[in-house]
Amino acid sequence: MVVGGLWLAVPFAAGQQRSAASNHPDTFGLGRAATAGEIEALDIDVRPDGTGLPAGQGTAADGARTWARACGGCHGQEGEGGTAAPVVGRDPSSRPPTVGNYWPYATTLYDYINRAMPRNAPGTLAADEVYGLVAWILAKNEIIATEAIMDAETLPKVAMPARSRFVRDDRRGGPEVR
Amino acid sequence: MTDERSQHRDGRVTGRQRLTRRALLAGAAGAMGAAVVAPVSGQQSVSTTRRPGRGPNEVDQRSAFVSPRRDPSPTSSRTPLQDLRGTITPADLHFERHHGGVPDIDPARYELLVHGMVDRPTVFSLADLQQFPATSRICFLECSGNLRRGTPETLPQMVCGLTSQTEWTGVMLSTVLREVGANPDATWFLAEGQDAAVMTRSIPMEKAFDDAMIVYAQNGDALMPGNGYPARLLLPGWEGNSSVKWLRRIELADQPFMTREETSKYTDPLGDGSTVRQFSFVMDARSIITDPAFPRVIKPGWHEIRGLAWSGRGRITGVDVSADGGTTWQVATLQGPVLPKAHVRFRHLWQWGGEPAEIMSRATDETGYVQPTWDALRAARGPGTRYHQNPITSWTVGDDGRVLFGAERLQA
Repeated sequence: MVVGGLWLAVPFAAGQQRSAASNHPDTFGLGRAATAGEIEALDIDVRPDGTGLPAGQGTAADGARTWARACGGCHGQEGEGGTAAPVVGRDPSSRPPTVGNYWPYATTLYDYINRAMPRNAPGTLAADEVYGLVAWILAKNEIIATEAIMDAETLPKVAMPARSRFVRDDRRGGPEVR
Repeated sequence: MTDERSQHRDGRVTGRQRLTRRALLAGAAGAMGAAVVAPVSGQQSVSTTRRPGRGPNEVDQRSAFVSPRRDPSPTSSRTPLQDLRGTITPADLHFERHHGGVPDIDPARYELLVHGMVDRPTVFSLADLQQFPATSRICFLECSGNLRRGTPETLPQMVCGLTSQTEWTGVMLSTVLREVGANPDATWFLAEGQDAAVMTRSIPMEKAFDDAMIVYAQNGDALMPGNGYPARLLLPGWEGNSSVKWLRRIELADQPFMTREETSKYTDPLGDGSTVRQFSFVMDARSIITDPAFPRVIKPGWHEIRGLAWSGRGRITGVDVSADGGTTWQVATLQGPVLPKAHVRFRHLWQWGGEPAEIMSRATDETGYVQPTWDALRAARGPGTRYHQNPITSWTVGDDGRVLFGAERLQA
């Protein structure tokens, strides 16, 4: 998997003892069972392996129309930045960072646009519109071909240029400044 | 010694305007201070002793002569550290940082969904959360983007006012996870907010079973809207962004979700930029002198250097203070109780003779970590790091008594 080798090697909580306060009953009987429907309604996150991506698709050409209408006013019509951050650029040294030189996972684009963009009307884009915007941004950054179709199958397979730069936090306290 | 800041009524103006006005008033304020130390006969007004004051009311307000203010920007507002003297931040002065504005959430309609790798996906109401056994904890909360290098005319609030301290009350996350039957193979959980950014962070399960809480009270009262009303995650010692506010959903998983806030934001380019540090949650030890600080003008004599120190890794074990720009250091007094992952107040008596001076503080925590200089931090990380900047900062005192921020020490 995309993330498994790197992240699961860390000895986190799996298998550790999980004791509650000694006087706690097995259950407090609080809360109610969540229905499948309400979980589905809220569970909008998209993981690096594509889990959570919905049906739908889009190309850069589809995305260009949505970009002009909903995004370009803040991020620049070519994604060069404006009142909001640029999204296009491959030079690793350019600041502020962009999707092309800094974002490690393509799936994050779908997740974030779908949940939080556009800023004045978040959560209003249809799945096809989000896929189109993701395709437009990735194509603008020359990460995918202009005609590539982005959907639940293709998006998780996109290899991001900055992916290999990301490392775990190695600060541990103690006298050494890191 | 008295403090001029509480003695002039500066009205309801913005922080930036107030700053300018303070600077203008700073000279005159010294004379006012002297007057209070040695009161002149007839100075004290009798107007309050010859007529009854106001009666009891429902909600008290600060004296009309006192008006501490956060300093708002489009994305955050900063705690006025220079106006506070203890360690607890009044709830209405706690810093704010949010990514989609502050939502108004009806507590009767609030729900928290806990699902994913659990035996019993469950929806909890606010009343449910409050029905669980409760815990209170005093700890700091600090945004990891909490350094402005600024100009010499910079208030403590502007240097690092994105840190505040609260007595939080809520339920241990471990208690809630036990109730839903958390799968022991889960290694991460997603925390999601109910704001317009639907803000999300992935958190290691290790933290969930260590000291993470879901809190619904701030200094004993309901959370302020800007701090997550009606309920938020609280991860003591970790960067504020990870303590997701307006918490609506927790999902357990066996991998991190790689959300925008933990990939394109809140990550730290290192060295020449070829690597980027990710999931850098813990806030390293830090301190700042909050008094004397800009815009004060001090007179020769005895001064108590006062400030705050804190560490996300545990207790502060010592604070050193220098009055000669770091050439010599003295041990400051820590005000107990010294709590882990909490602001601690330090104080140090200093006799100023009128010569130019530079005062600075340096915190040490229980891991042996010593707050670094700006140069040491830059040497360790390179020039590109944007978050987790905790350098030693200083205030210069001119021979005219003017106190200015030591901005020169933080040059690129």
